[in-house]
This record gives sequence, C-alpha cells and structure tokens, in this order.
Amino acid sequence: MNIFAKLLAVSRRKSPWIYTVNSGSCNGCDIEIGPCVSPRYDGEQIGMLRQGSPKHADILLVTGAMTKRARHAVLEIYAQMPSPKAVVAIGSCPASGNVFAGSPTVDGPLDTFIPVDVWVSGCPPRPQVIIAGVAQAAQLLAEGRTADQQRRAKP
Amino acid sequence: MMVEIGQYVFAVLLWPGLLGAAALGFFYLWIARKLNARLQGRRGPPFFQPFFDFVKLLGKETVVPRGVNPALFYALPFIALTATVFGLVIVPVPGHAVASFPGDIILLLYLLEVPVICDVMAGYVSQSIYGQVSAMREALMGLAYNVPLLAAVIAMAQTAHSFRIGTLQSAPFGVVTGLAAIAFLVAVPARLKSNPFSIPNAEQEIVAGAHVEYNSALLAIFELSHALEVVLLFDAFFVLFVPHLDSVLANAALYFLISLGLIVLVTLAAATTARLTVKQAFRFYWVWGGLAAGAAMAAAVIG
Repeated sequence: MNIFAKLLAVSRRKSPWIYTVNSGSCNGCDIEIGPCVSPRYDGEQIGMLRQGSPKHADILLVTGAMTKRARHAVLEIYAQMPSPKAVVAIGSCPASGNVFAGSPTVDGPLDTFIPVDVWVSGCPPRPQVIIAGVAQAAQLLAEGRTADQQRRAKP
Repeated sequence: MMVEIGQYVFAVLLWPGLLGAAALGFFYLWIARKLNARLQGRRGPPFFQPFFDFVKLLGKETVVPRGVNPALFYALPFIALTATVFGLVIVPVPGHAVASFPGDIILLLYLLEVPVICDVMAGYVSQSIYGQVSAMREALMGLAYNVPLLAAVIAMAQTAHSFRIGTLQSAPFGVVTGLAAIAFLVAVPARLKSNPFSIPNAEQEIVAGAHVEYNSALLAIFELSHALEVVLLFDAFFVLFVPHLDSVLANAALYFLISLGLIVLVTLAAATTARLTVKQAFRFYWVWGGLAAGAAMAAAVIG
C-alpha cells in the first residue's frame, strides 16, 4: 500500500458524508438521524456531514420498510451516488419489515434490492448507534470492504 | 532567465500560489467550522477535516449527468481554480515580492470575479432546477455586494491616484482607508456566501446550490477554489487597508493576524444570523452597502 492509498483510506474513514432516504418509514428513525449532527451527539467530530444531494454523499442511510411506491426512488438515488459508496440500513424495518412485514404494500428486505453494508437495529435506534453505524461504514469504505467496492474489484 | 522562470513557478505552485494558499485556506475553513461548532455547543471537526474531505472527494468516481456538455462540465472548476491562483500570485503578500504594474488592482478584481462566473455557469450547465435557481441568485447577489466592494477599491485608488497595488499599499493611512475598509468588510460575507448571505448555496433550501450536480474530484476542485478565494479576498483586504510594516517578520505576523480576525468576524456573523431572502439581501447592500460606499467615495473626493 503506497502513501497515497493510505492517505485516501484515512480520508475515507474521516469524512463520511451521509444522505438519508425514507423508503416508507414511520418517521421515527428519521427523527433519530437529525440529532446525530446536533450539539448533543455531534457527528461532525468524526467528519459526518449531512448532504443535500446524493451526488455528494458517501453513505446512504435508508429508513423504513421498502414500500412499492418508494422502491424506484431508492434504486435511483443509490445509482446516482458516485462510487465508492456504502449503505447503512437504519432500524428494524429495512431488515425484516418489522410491524409492516407481510403487508401487500411492502416489497421485502432492503438487501434484495441494493447491497447493504451495515445494519443498525432498533425501533428506532438511538443516535449513538446510528453514529456508530456510520463510523463502521466509513471504516469499511477505508478498507475497501463495502459491497460496492468488492463488486467493482471483481474482474 | 532560468532563475526568473523558477521564481514564477515557485510563486504559482508554492507561495503565495496553490500549495501555500491551499494550506492557509483549509486552515481558515477549519477555523470557521470549528468556531461555528463551538458557538453551537458542539466539539467540531478535527484539524485536518477540510483536507480529508478534499482527498476523499479526489478518490471518488466522477459522474457526468446525461445531456450535459462534458467539456464544459470538466473545465469550469479548473477555470475557477486557475483564475484564483493567478490572482494570488499578483498580490504582494509577505514573502512574495512581486513587481507591481499599472492596473494590476483591476486585473485582481476581474480574477476575483471569475470563480463567481464559473459558479453561475456551473449552475446553468448542470441542467438541474436547483442549480439554475442558485445561478440566478448568485448573479443577482453579484449586483448587490459589488457596490461596496468596488466603491472601496475605487475610493482607495482615487486617494492614491493610482491603480497599482504597490502604490495603494504605501498610500497614507487616513479617514478614507477606514471608511473604505468598512465598505469592503460589508461585502465580504456575501462574497464568501457565508450565512446571512448564504443565498446562492442555500443548503436545505435549494439542495446544494450551483454545485448540486458536481461530484467527486470536480467538486473537490470547486472546494479548493473556494478555499483559495477566501485567502485571495483576505490578501486584497491586507494590501488595500493595512499599513505596510518594514520588518518582514512583523509584516507576516500582521498578515496572519488580520486574516484570522477576518475569518473570525465572518464566522461570528454566520453563526449569529439566519439566511436572508434575496430581496432583503439586495436591499441591505443597496441601502447600507450603498451608504458605506458613498461615505468612502465622498471622503476620497473631498480629502
């Protein structure tokens, strides 16, 4: 590993910019993401910034059970993010559907549509855990171990 | 001949050009973010944060939106960066003895304007509705903050009877200097798109401003160019309004302190105010900026 690759790895670990998408969440998880950049939890200490455009983001936070209406938007936003990128699923809904499991409007777990790197469980998860999840995703980005990086590394 | 070329290359690439100014600019941006965080009761980002952001963006894949002219899309950030670097080189900051030529302050004003034009074009080129709104706002704000900015420079030039930076720098310190400095300071927050006037890049409101479609290395170049713009604007303030000291070391210390003071002022203004609408900002600059400009011009003509 040469010095530039090392510098890039450190920078990826220290500068996770996030973009949030609500794929049919009850809003509980979205409310918990807000405090991550507030004075109490201050994600900017690890370089975490909330971006308004998916083109500026490194890490996609997805909340909520994947509804049929939101599927197209989530796929589109994931495709718009420049590589390397990571996906963090926030809350129990993206993993299992939670209380919405079996609903005719819910399409199933998030990782059947886009590759998920970190699962943050809870209903809703606390902001500390969300920040820990983002930090873990940034670590995966630095080590080149996200699903997106490994798919691209394959010949 | 070789020595001269070497000096030019040194000036453009190291000090006061690309590398030195980038380090200074990232330092100022860090101070702004850290101070802002402390004022909000947060801890704030680590020292190298702007540098990490820059390197990380460089290491990402570039996406050019469909229907956008790729040549123009790639060229704009580099034009902004180049103009700013050459602007830095013609300003005689400490440690850089540049031969002043007639009209160099006008060249500096033009070079200061190039990144703004690049931003406006970037907004229109991106074909995003947010980018276009931002471009329109940025062009409008240019019509507002340039009133006190240009008046400050013209008042100084009128007093010194010259458009040479060298002559302006050695002009006697007087009432005009103070009034023109105030007019210049009034224009600074809007020129840096910082908070009460963060209208063109209004985050949460028009997503990410003119850079909404820019990503990866191109966004990094725009960020770098913004950091250099901060340095260039502070350089301009330093050579126009701060008395020149004979000792190189004292001059360098003064240069650094003045720049620090300016970034702290801008950040305090940003942290304690909310964003204005275009109409309010326009009114502010044409009334209060106009008054400051008028006072500086009147003092220059009378004195």
